[in-house]
Amino acid sequence: MTAGVRPLLLRGVGFAALVAVIVATSIFPFLWILRTSLQSDAEFGQGATRLLPRHPTFDSYVSNFTEQDFLRPLVNSTVVCAVSTVVSVLFATLAAYALSRLRIAGTGLVLGFVLLAGFFPVLAMVGPLFLLYRKLGFLDSGYPLVLAYMVYTLPIATWLLKNFFDQLPASLEEAALIDGATRLQALRYVVVPVAMPGVFTAAILSFILAWNDFAFALSFLQTPSEFTAPLAIVNLGQSQYQVFYNRIDAAVVVITLPVVLLVLLAQRRIVAGLTAGAVK
Amino acid sequence: MTFRGAPPRPAASRLRRNDRRLGYLLIAPEILVLLAVTAFPLAYNAWNSVRHVDLTDPATTGFVGAANYRALLSSDEFRATLGRTVAYTVVSVAVQLAIGMVVALVLHRRFRGRALVRAAVLIPWAVPTVVCAMLWKTMFDPRTGFVNYLLGLAHLPGSDTTWMAGPWTAWFAIFVADAWKTVPFVALILLAGLQVIPEDIYEAARMDGADAWQQFWRLTVPLLKPALLVALVFRTLSALLVFDVVFIMTGGGPGDTTETLAYLNWQAFLVDSNFGAGGAVSIVLVAMSLAIAGAYTRLLRTDREATP
Repeated sequence: MTAGVRPLLLRGVGFAALVAVIVATSIFPFLWILRTSLQSDAEFGQGATRLLPRHPTFDSYVSNFTEQDFLRPLVNSTVVCAVSTVVSVLFATLAAYALSRLRIAGTGLVLGFVLLAGFFPVLAMVGPLFLLYRKLGFLDSGYPLVLAYMVYTLPIATWLLKNFFDQLPASLEEAALIDGATRLQALRYVVVPVAMPGVFTAAILSFILAWNDFAFALSFLQTPSEFTAPLAIVNLGQSQYQVFYNRIDAAVVVITLPVVLLVLLAQRRIVAGLTAGAVK
Repeated sequence: MTFRGAPPRPAASRLRRNDRRLGYLLIAPEILVLLAVTAFPLAYNAWNSVRHVDLTDPATTGFVGAANYRALLSSDEFRATLGRTVAYTVVSVAVQLAIGMVVALVLHRRFRGRALVRAAVLIPWAVPTVVCAMLWKTMFDPRTGFVNYLLGLAHLPGSDTTWMAGPWTAWFAIFVADAWKTVPFVALILLAGLQVIPEDIYEAARMDGADAWQQFWRLTVPLLKPALLVALVFRTLSALLVFDVVFIMTGGGPGDTTETLAYLNWQAFLVDSNFGAGGAVSIVLVAMSLAIAGAYTRLLRTDREATP
């Protein structure tokens, strides 16, 4: 902690209170969601009268997977996001290696374009891609989402891997090249294994960013059996008279758990990956 | 292409030429994909924006010149939406940056359990926007949500507020949801910036008698400028293009008081099937995004040149 800002943030009790507020703000909404998801429809209907559910029940979870088919959108999301992650990490690895090592003309220009693509307004992509997919008969299926998701995943994966490769010494693959390996062999058998932490981070971030999508799924999918998980959540728990947040929240808990696990397991890498380049 | 250092030997230059050829091949897949999802939509939107394209009535498709833009710029709805979106962007980014700075300063301090606190902060960033919007919709639900329950418990006024029924309260709810998910990102970027500032600068400043407030504004903020600009450009663009949270929490309501530019764009495409008007809105969005990204890049570059 830099001494300069310490007095600005109070000492002792004040600082502890600040930490408590930050943690509570981050975590408490999840606890409320968990509590709501454990209510029955009847108890939920009575409104918020107590902090804990009177009779905790898994009814909402059960109904999401029996009356509704929430498993299907979960599978859809997993498949689409896994495919986009694999493809973008592959493309980003190739491109980042070229940008880091092969001295191609216009490296700066390419990196600038990749960054700018990451800032491209998603809603401005929706219309033209909708028309294209409609013409090709691709609407209402998960796979065309893979192409659209690249706009979320490729820029960050490329920048992250380029930074990572830059930090690896060139002598790493030079030995292999002198021994007669081709560039691609050197990349595949020497560089990538060493760069595995970077590749892994790129994959995690790509997956999280693809999993986050709502706008594309909302625009390109119409049949509930094709929905991704975020899109399906919005349609859960709607009845004629009332929105049953207990059912929605059960789905929210289900979709949040893997994310929480991922963050707890790979916290360091996610932070390093997200902030790579931000301070250089 | 300029070579650095000594001129290369002939064999090396052939190798380099092969390398370069391979380089173009390796970046080709990525560049093609990114062109397909950015340059193609941009060109197609530009083309559609000067035509009448109504999917429900294909026979009427045809060139209309600047009519879509004229209609857009003279429409009260568009002007109101533009003003709303810009106002939200300015206010929300300023507040989120301030909160993010406090969180970053807290996380920068060494204390027991810091790693856990950092993980706790990171989780809101990692959950999908839909989860975030649904979660806060649950929290703000007038009868079954936590916010009114808490206000009631504390005997504070407003415990019967129907948050989504008024424009100000609805915007407040949108802001809370948006900030909850994005402040962690801002905090992490700023934290990374704080971590590269050398400690001894502060000691020198202290010896010169600078108090904490002066040290913060005269040292921390200027030295943090690159990280601040990066956080600022990411936040500005995503606030300007906010869509998911609005769609889920308010659906643009009450009336059209929480509609944003991105929401308007989506409506033009997928509700009205009007790809001419939608194309024009898209072009405006792209132009605004490019202008903002360009301005920040320039700021960052001049900043770097000034402090090598």
